[in-house]
Amino acid sequence: MKAGDVAYFRAQSVSDAVAAFRSCEGDARYLAGGQSLLAAMNLRLLTPDLLIDIAHIDALRGIERRGGEIRIGALTRHAEILSSPIIASHVPLLAAAAPWVAHPAIRNKGTIGGSIAFADPASEFPAVALALNARIELDNGDSVRFVEAQDFFLDLYETAAEPGEILSAVWFPVATPDQRCTFDELARRRGDYAIVGVAIVADFSGEIVDRIRIVFFSVGSTPVRALRAEAALTGTALVDTDIELAQQALAGDLSPSDDVQVSAATRMHLASVLLRRQLGKLPVPTPKAVRA
Amino acid sequence: MNKPLSRVDRPNSYIGKSLPRPNAKRLLAGRGRFVDDIQLPRMLHAAFARSPYAHARIVSIDVSAARAAPGVRRVVVGSDIAKLCMPWTGTLRHFKDMKSPPQSPLAIDTVVWAGQPVVAVLADSRAQAEDAVELIAINYEERDVVVGIDAALAPGATLVHDALGDNLAFQTTIENGAVATAFNDAAAVVEVDLRFGRHTPVTLEPRTLIADFEPGERALTVHHSTQTPYQFQDIYARHFGLDESRVRVIAPDIGGSFGMKLHVYPEDMAVVALSIIAERPVKYVADRGESFLNDIHLRDHRVRAKLALTQDGRFAGMRVQDDTAIGAFSAYPRTSAVEGNQVVRLMGAPYQLTNYRADLRVIFQNLPQTSQYRGVGHPIACAATERLVDLAAKKLGLDPFEIRRRNYVTDEMYPHTTATGYRFERLSLDQCLSKLHALMDYPALRAEQAQLREQGIHRGIGIATYVEITNPSPAFYGVGGAHISAQDGCVLKVTPSGDVQCAISVTEQGQGTETIIGQIVADQLGVDRERVRVLTGDTETTPHGGATWACRGAGIGGETALQATRKLRSNILEIAGAILQSRPDTLELADGKLIERETGTVRMNLGELAALVYFRSDTLPPDLKADLTVAQHFAPKGFPFAFTNGIHGSLVEVDVETGFIKLLKHWVVEDCGRIINPMLVDEQIRGGVVQGLGAALFEECLYNDAGQLMNGSMADYLVPMAGEIPDIVIAHVETPTLDTELGAKGCGEAGTSAASGAVLNAVNDALGPLQVQISQIPMTPQRILRALGTVQ
Ligand SMILES: Cc1cc2nc3c(=O)[nH]c(=O)nc-3n(C[C@H](O)[C@H](O)[C@H](O)COP(=O)(O)OP(=O)(O)OC[C@H]3O[C@@H](n4cnc5c(N)ncnc54)[C@H](O)[C@@H]3O)c2cc1C
Repeated sequence: MKAGDVAYFRAQSVSDAVAAFRSCEGDARYLAGGQSLLAAMNLRLLTPDLLIDIAHIDALRGIERRGGEIRIGALTRHAEILSSPIIASHVPLLAAAAPWVAHPAIRNKGTIGGSIAFADPASEFPAVALALNARIELDNGDSVRFVEAQDFFLDLYETAAEPGEILSAVWFPVATPDQRCTFDELARRRGDYAIVGVAIVADFSGEIVDRIRIVFFSVGSTPVRALRAEAALTGTALVDTDIELAQQALAGDLSPSDDVQVSAATRMHLASVLLRRQLGKLPVPTPKAVRA
Repeated sequence: MNKPLSRVDRPNSYIGKSLPRPNAKRLLAGRGRFVDDIQLPRMLHAAFARSPYAHARIVSIDVSAARAAPGVRRVVVGSDIAKLCMPWTGTLRHFKDMKSPPQSPLAIDTVVWAGQPVVAVLADSRAQAEDAVELIAINYEERDVVVGIDAALAPGATLVHDALGDNLAFQTTIENGAVATAFNDAAAVVEVDLRFGRHTPVTLEPRTLIADFEPGERALTVHHSTQTPYQFQDIYARHFGLDESRVRVIAPDIGGSFGMKLHVYPEDMAVVALSIIAERPVKYVADRGESFLNDIHLRDHRVRAKLALTQDGRFAGMRVQDDTAIGAFSAYPRTSAVEGNQVVRLMGAPYQLTNYRADLRVIFQNLPQTSQYRGVGHPIACAATERLVDLAAKKLGLDPFEIRRRNYVTDEMYPHTTATGYRFERLSLDQCLSKLHALMDYPALRAEQAQLREQGIHRGIGIATYVEITNPSPAFYGVGGAHISAQDGCVLKVTPSGDVQCAISVTEQGQGTETIIGQIVADQLGVDRERVRVLTGDTETTPHGGATWACRGAGIGGETALQATRKLRSNILEIAGAILQSRPDTLELADGKLIERETGTVRMNLGELAALVYFRSDTLPPDLKADLTVAQHFAPKGFPFAFTNGIHGSLVEVDVETGFIKLLKHWVVEDCGRIINPMLVDEQIRGGVVQGLGAALFEECLYNDAGQLMNGSMADYLVPMAGEIPDIVIAHVETPTLDTELGAKGCGEAGTSAASGAVLNAVNDALGPLQVQISQIPMTPQRILRALGTVQ
């Protein structure tokens, strides 16, 4: 199948792009890496009238530290995330998730802005953003506003961004020395969207968990925080019995549905196994880190 | 290794050498010329409106908006085309009482599977044609849909075709020996009830054709991504009432076929009809979605089988029930009965077994047709047989290697006839078994398995023996009335400079046919292989033959080339004798030169000889027959098929908490007779194994009860990818067939035939200690978890 007819406009700036969006009478879409959008168009699942190419807007690039946060420009490619030393040392959860996103060819084109804006519930980066409660920077051409990740993912492919707003950057908090994280997913083939995946970040005081955020993806219409499991684990030293309680609590946190390949019960079971295994892998802070 | 065919140390001894494919660089550099690369002047593009329903009556069709759409040249419905194309019927005489209704290019009154083409649009571009398709309004009246095997066979079942009276396309029973007695007297009986997932070939290059009808001479040229151009020449001529000599089918570079590209598809016939109507070239390329809906599917089987055992672990008898669902029509011209027929004839084939009964039912359902694909029936028969054998070993406390050794047909039994009537010239079952045992280092693997099991790691080891049908004679299709050739033809021509052109009827789809034919010609003639050019895939410039199907390129095509070359060589020596005033038998051709056999002294170049023949015939003796072009045909005579054999081994690890299976290693020991190019044989085996691994773990067309495909995209239909594939270790045993000079048999299907069976046995070996079994492929994590009782 071929994509339907579509007009194309290459924007030089954010205001340029937003203006084009506003003046389009039909359905306009921003085009970043095209790795989700073009596939959907080729299947005629999406038939926009106008594509506004934002991939050449320099202001949307770059990875830099700003105070206690790392600002990642929307056009940052998945491959850049994978190889960035700043991200490796300051946002290790994002670095851990990046190898699980698709395949090298797709990672060379796909962008973090596109991934978060598209809000595929099976995607890795939205889950990481939610686990770290990243701040999403939205630009409407005139002004910029921020939405916390926990308020951003509203429903299936639905976010808090207003029509025409460009997701200009994602701000991740810099990891603290007492913080540990882990990421894993189960997919039948490497590089596929996961059957179920989990991103975990925890702050420790010595061996005790002060605060933990557990986010599952591919289990609902958005990435999902496992609040009950988090509660079961807060204040514990993650011994086996704590983990068992968290696994039990998971039933109240997740309500996955059946799909053609995997039943809800299987997904629940896999989520529970994944949780136990990942909590077991959550590295306990080294004595040095505890002192620091 | 057996005795080489000719002296290995002489120049141009190419048979048995790993040589690269001459076309590989061109294809790698993107210079392949596939059908879609061809642009003809005034060419139009076709797109189809397809039935969204699996079963419905067509109430009305409104094409007025589509006709008025930009770029649209023609909009055509079923009755328009039916006038031009004689319908086709997928039955053959040797499948007694087989039935399937006639099929026409576009649906006329009813649709019987989702995806069936109903209306065709011709436009200046494909995109315009697709836009117009969206404007066609078709009114359907939905009818009940029948999908499952049991539902199709139930009394009062919904019928796919009312006129046929039931959903049974074909049934047959094979019986030999005293089966009832064998089971009554058995010391033990093991049984299986196995389900095999319907899957689809997924070629890199989809089905593609350009039909170009020229009304002046009523000539039709079809550029067609097919493996069997001669078969299509015949079909287009007969079904469109054209002179066969005016129908030319050209198969240029082909991006994979695996059997999928030798069946007639409604779109093929529609595109030819459209070209006749429009009197212009018409191109159609199936897109990936259309490929999922309309390429043949395969291997939708349920096999129930029992094996009776004696006290000392011998096979006393076997009973088999194979039910296979083939979709809405039997495929043309080969039928969809062949796969099931091969399942019931191949079950138990490697073993000494006389008491045998099998019942086959071939069933219609409201789905796309299934038909022949790499390995036709073999993987099903192999998996079911080898599951039974492993269960028997377990029941009797025998090692899987030992029980096979005890029951194999043994070396002194050849020639051997199986319980189902297959005749084996000679197999190497025992030798392959021993070789695999050593290759895997089986005792070490078992020791490691036991040790890891103590740590809660569940590894499994599985083996599976196969026999493969290759070099088929006319017994396969010809006797049933199909115009499918079992013979091949080859024309060799020496050019004035001493190069050799070889036009042959076997075809190339990426497997290296042209390479091995070139090797054989250069070897047997005594010229550098760079100087041999092989031409395939054009009905107008190559002799008529079977092309590529079953496994026949090397065994039949190779022998044809060998005999043609020997004929040409003898002509050359005759001419050389006259020119050089020597007796022909004192001369020899080596490295493109005529030499004295005894001394090796060079007398002249082949090019000089050819130049004399072509330009200075006045200098030759008047009665000399100076033929530097020869033609040769060859059809297998002796045994109806050249059976090959081999064995696979698989090592897996099952995560019993998640149900995920990791393939750790795969081994194959195979015997395809004379090996012409070891590298190409290895790659055929590897590619085949990967397809078998896909069947074992990943590939399945999932349909709901309404007959809708639920995973028709490359994101949802999982083909195996490099990351999932383990190392595949290959070893060979060579037992050439004595039916030909060359001694080659086929190897194209050996990889696919036993890979899924070996993995199925390995996974069950891993699950053994947990007292559970899995009896369904693909083995998905969910199915493993269900077998384990972890989830419902
Ligand atoms: C075969 C394949 C496998 C894949 N596997 C995975 C996987 O395992 N995990 C995964 O996470 N992803 C996967 N992807 C998707 C990939 O990661 C995409 O790159 C990503 O989802 C979207 O990023 P993009 O830049 O390509 O966005 P595009 O495709 O260009 O756009 C996607 C959507 O987001 C909007 N958009 C893009 N950028 C912005 C912006 N800055 N502001 C506002 N709206 C914007 C577009 O308008 C569009 O609606 C896969 C893709 C393919 C083709």
